[in-house]
Amino acid sequence: MTESAVTTLPAARPSFWRDPAKRALVWQALVVLVLAAFVWMVVKNTATNMEQRGLASGFGFLETSAGFGIITTPFIDYAETSNYFQVFLVGLVNTIIVAVVGCVLALALGFVIGIARLSRNWLIQKIATFYIELFRNVPLLLQILFWYGAVLKPLPGPRSLHEAGDSVFFSVNNRGVIFAEPITQPGFNLVWYALLAAVILIFVLRAWARARQVRTGLQFPVFWTGLGLLIGLPLIAFFATGMPLEFKPAEMSRFALRGGVTIIPEFVALLFALVIYTAAFIAEIVRAGIQAVSHGQTEAASALGIKPNHRMRLVIVPQAMRVIVPPLTSQFLNLTKNSSLATAIAYPDLFAVFAGTTLNQTGQAVEIMAMTLAVYLTLSLLTSGFMNWYNSRIKLVER
Amino acid sequence: MNTFSTGSIVNAGDLPDKPAPIRTDGPIAWLRDNLFSSRTNTILTLVALAIVLYAVPPALNWLVVKANWSGGAEACRANPGAACWPFITARWEQFLYGFYPQAERWRVNIVLYVLLGGIFLLAFEKMPLRKWVGLLMLIPFPIVSYFMLYGGVFGLPVVETSRWGGFMLTLVIALSGIVASLPLGIVLALGRRSTMPIMRLVCTLFIEFWRGIPLVAVLFMASVMFPLFLPPDVTFDQLLRAVIGVALFASAYMAEVVRGGLQAIPKGQYEGAMALGLPYWKMMRLIVLPQALKIVIPGIVNTFIGLFKDTTLVLIIGLLDLLGIVQSSINDPNWSIQSVPYTGYVFVALVFWVCCYAMALYSRHIEEKLHTGHKR
Amino acid sequence: MSVFKNVAAAAAVAGAFAATGVAHADETLEAVMEKGSIQCGVSQGLPGFSNPDDAGEWTGLDVDFCRAMAAAVFNDAEAVKFTPLSAKVRFTALTSGEIDVLSRNTTWTMSRDSDFGEFIGVNYYDGQGFMVPTSLGVASATELDGAAVCTNTGTTTELNVADYFRAQGMEYTVVAFEKADEVVAAYDAGRCDVYTTDRSGLAAQRTKLSAPDDHMVLPEIISKEPLGPLVRHGDAQWGDIARWTLACMINAEEAGIDSSNVAEMMESSDPNIQRILGADGDLGSKIGLENGFCANIITAVGNYAESYDRNVGPDTQLALERGLNALWSDGGVLYAPPMR
Repeated sequence: MTESAVTTLPAARPSFWRDPAKRALVWQALVVLVLAAFVWMVVKNTATNMEQRGLASGFGFLETSAGFGIITTPFIDYAETSNYFQVFLVGLVNTIIVAVVGCVLALALGFVIGIARLSRNWLIQKIATFYIELFRNVPLLLQILFWYGAVLKPLPGPRSLHEAGDSVFFSVNNRGVIFAEPITQPGFNLVWYALLAAVILIFVLRAWARARQVRTGLQFPVFWTGLGLLIGLPLIAFFATGMPLEFKPAEMSRFALRGGVTIIPEFVALLFALVIYTAAFIAEIVRAGIQAVSHGQTEAASALGIKPNHRMRLVIVPQAMRVIVPPLTSQFLNLTKNSSLATAIAYPDLFAVFAGTTLNQTGQAVEIMAMTLAVYLTLSLLTSGFMNWYNSRIKLVER
Repeated sequence: MNTFSTGSIVNAGDLPDKPAPIRTDGPIAWLRDNLFSSRTNTILTLVALAIVLYAVPPALNWLVVKANWSGGAEACRANPGAACWPFITARWEQFLYGFYPQAERWRVNIVLYVLLGGIFLLAFEKMPLRKWVGLLMLIPFPIVSYFMLYGGVFGLPVVETSRWGGFMLTLVIALSGIVASLPLGIVLALGRRSTMPIMRLVCTLFIEFWRGIPLVAVLFMASVMFPLFLPPDVTFDQLLRAVIGVALFASAYMAEVVRGGLQAIPKGQYEGAMALGLPYWKMMRLIVLPQALKIVIPGIVNTFIGLFKDTTLVLIIGLLDLLGIVQSSINDPNWSIQSVPYTGYVFVALVFWVCCYAMALYSRHIEEKLHTGHKR
Repeated sequence: MSVFKNVAAAAAVAGAFAATGVAHADETLEAVMEKGSIQCGVSQGLPGFSNPDDAGEWTGLDVDFCRAMAAAVFNDAEAVKFTPLSAKVRFTALTSGEIDVLSRNTTWTMSRDSDFGEFIGVNYYDGQGFMVPTSLGVASATELDGAAVCTNTGTTTELNVADYFRAQGMEYTVVAFEKADEVVAAYDAGRCDVYTTDRSGLAAQRTKLSAPDDHMVLPEIISKEPLGPLVRHGDAQWGDIARWTLACMINAEEAGIDSSNVAEMMESSDPNIQRILGADGDLGSKIGLENGFCANIITAVGNYAESYDRNVGPDTQLALERGLNALWSDGGVLYAPPMR
């Protein structure tokens, strides 16, 4: 080979295996192939096995009537004659209720405990630490069983509280918290409108107060005014329309209260357990978030003469939120998923009534598990989506 | 110019001088500083004190003072208003070994001692050969343990996994789950940060799928639906299936932990490695992962704590872990005393608490050691 | 699509397999032979039916049936592994192939027989009853309007109680737990006014209440609960093995054969006994077993009466009289087809 030949050669092209781009293509093709083969195998096996064992398939079972009772069916009209699809809806609603209420309460309690954990009050700080270390390190299933006993045991039975035939407006007994059912009369819609108006007013007020503060430095107590509006406006509307609300009391039968609205003890116990357990984790997240804010921020705020509680609210927490929100999302997801442990104490969530009772009665494991998993995945997708949106809103805007 | 009146963020004028402190040290000063420094603080202290006084004495009474410490079921039946510890002492072997045959329990003991020894050695940072101990515990130990426990080699009689139970089963599931999920989690985390779009998509979907579904559903499918997905004559041991389910579930969480570590490594490290001409896997193995894994040790320990607690869910699929075996012992008609279930649950809670708390302390210790930043 | 179509489809598939049954006939037996043991689904702990004792050995009426099958197939009553199953997962475990036979106090119903597997007989005749605290002052189930009822989820019990209250035009609330212990604990804590399950179950669970004497069982029996083992559809031979295992135990009692006298009975000149024990004829080989399979069962496990007395009979904690479960010749309904 002469020297001139070398210089005239085009830039050396890497061989097929040395080219990272091509290698990546091959790897990915391989992954796709393996995955496709795997999925195909599973599907084929399942189909063959189901056929061989004479298992029914398809979603026709959803129209069959269920034939069993469910203890609590909020927002859904359910009776034993309802079909399995309605069972699915009941389970879904129950899961969503306990998850949403649980997340809100766990966040609130977690924040309180997390801040208490950093309190300068020795006793408070020690109690918060004890709380976190105790509840974080004991399996949730045990805690659910514990709270169920703890909620149920000390409460009296309805028969020791009421005589048969009594009309009861409010009662707490071992069948749950029972209160009279509010029935709206014509004209009550005005109260809803007032509520809506209050919400809109609060937004307007907030914008105005902010603009004014930027302009003049004057502050306006938006929170208290807002709260006043939120309660006051509907209340005024309520009285102005002549109190269009009737309460239908529960009635004591021979055994228990009938009618009224019941919050069952299973729900309370599950909520207690989920909230207390998750709040311990959230408290640690909040603590870590607050500690992640550089100490200089606290000092700078103090040096500016910002009052201690304002310092927390206006300087520290907004910065801490950036550290807090991502792990908080996982906690919300965990709480939602952990609500499936409700089976242990007879709270009729999706996993108990649909992936449990319905599956057992119809035997259509593949379809039912697919639906159940789809629900949990959708819920976590929605939660993550919302939290990501919130996270991007509070993210540090960098140059 | 006193526009900043009530409700303002900044104090406008000078604050009034505070009187000189009466004493700056001694118990009274401590009390004043820590418990009664302001009116709110005093109220909080009093409320907290009330809670403590309300909750602690009855709990101590039930657990210790009035509890039954000796005697059999009769003593507990006579005093059902307090804990019944004889129930635990009578059954503790079952709680530890499950239904593992009496004559073969020395095998479990050996594995337990080696495990404890390994953990003890690893806990000391100054240990010579620490790295090798760690490697030994991570790879050969689980394999040897499996043969020790299951038998069938070296003339050890086979002990079916259906006879495993109690705390030993809890450890087996949790440890094999974590050992299996660590490498899988690392691969998934690398895949999620890969430049190859399909690889990234597959790994992301895999991680989000397992993170999005409840563990009970995973266990349910692993225990009763698994044979549906397999060719007709392939079968797996039930325990193995539960472990696979747990490991896949944990690997998704592990992947996210490791990903956090990977993200924390400055880009310069990657670029430096690439500039040296290191291929991908060498770059990861020699430069990135050693740094990344070190930062995420607390995260890994926390994932393990979560996994350890979650092992209690296997009782739903009929494996008798510590909680499962306690629950089935409670059913014994000879011990049908009101305090027995509570005693059993308190015992389980205590065992889990001790293990998890110890791990949490270790994780915090590492965290503090790594936290060399601007801490005050 | 309605449930009937599903059932029809399932039945059609099952029928198709019955027609082509020859090809698959010995699948389960072959697989079991290869494994060396039978995988048997039992309950997670129901005293008298299937419950692990202190040493972790499974005992109970349902467990004895599994052991009897092992004795029939392997001549070794220990060649059986138990899978504890909750009521909820039991059928999925059977249909998925996780277990070979389900012997878990399971009520034989038409839909289960067509959807999940093939019931091979009845090893305990039961009926659903109610237990209430004596202080409730109730003497009959018809007075239970408005009561809260504790029961097990995933059982016929849950459906029966719904049917019963609807038929009587009474209101009720149902609190359905997954495990029997949880039901008992909740009932004991006053969560419900009534505890309902099979009457054998009521007897077994009553011992766990804090004050068993303060509770009474109401006279009504609201359902028929024929409890029996079942096997997967589509394997006629395996079904036969299970069916004749049970029939063997009952026939042996009828013929007076028990574990103590089985050796002498082998010499008996009674042709019926000879056929049962396989001393004469080739009944066993017709279902793929050895002819003396029934003798093996009786030697290892005993006849039905022995199993009953050992596990649920009057001398046990449960103290259940034979009642319906006595032989037809003794006033019960236990009536096994003859072995000839």
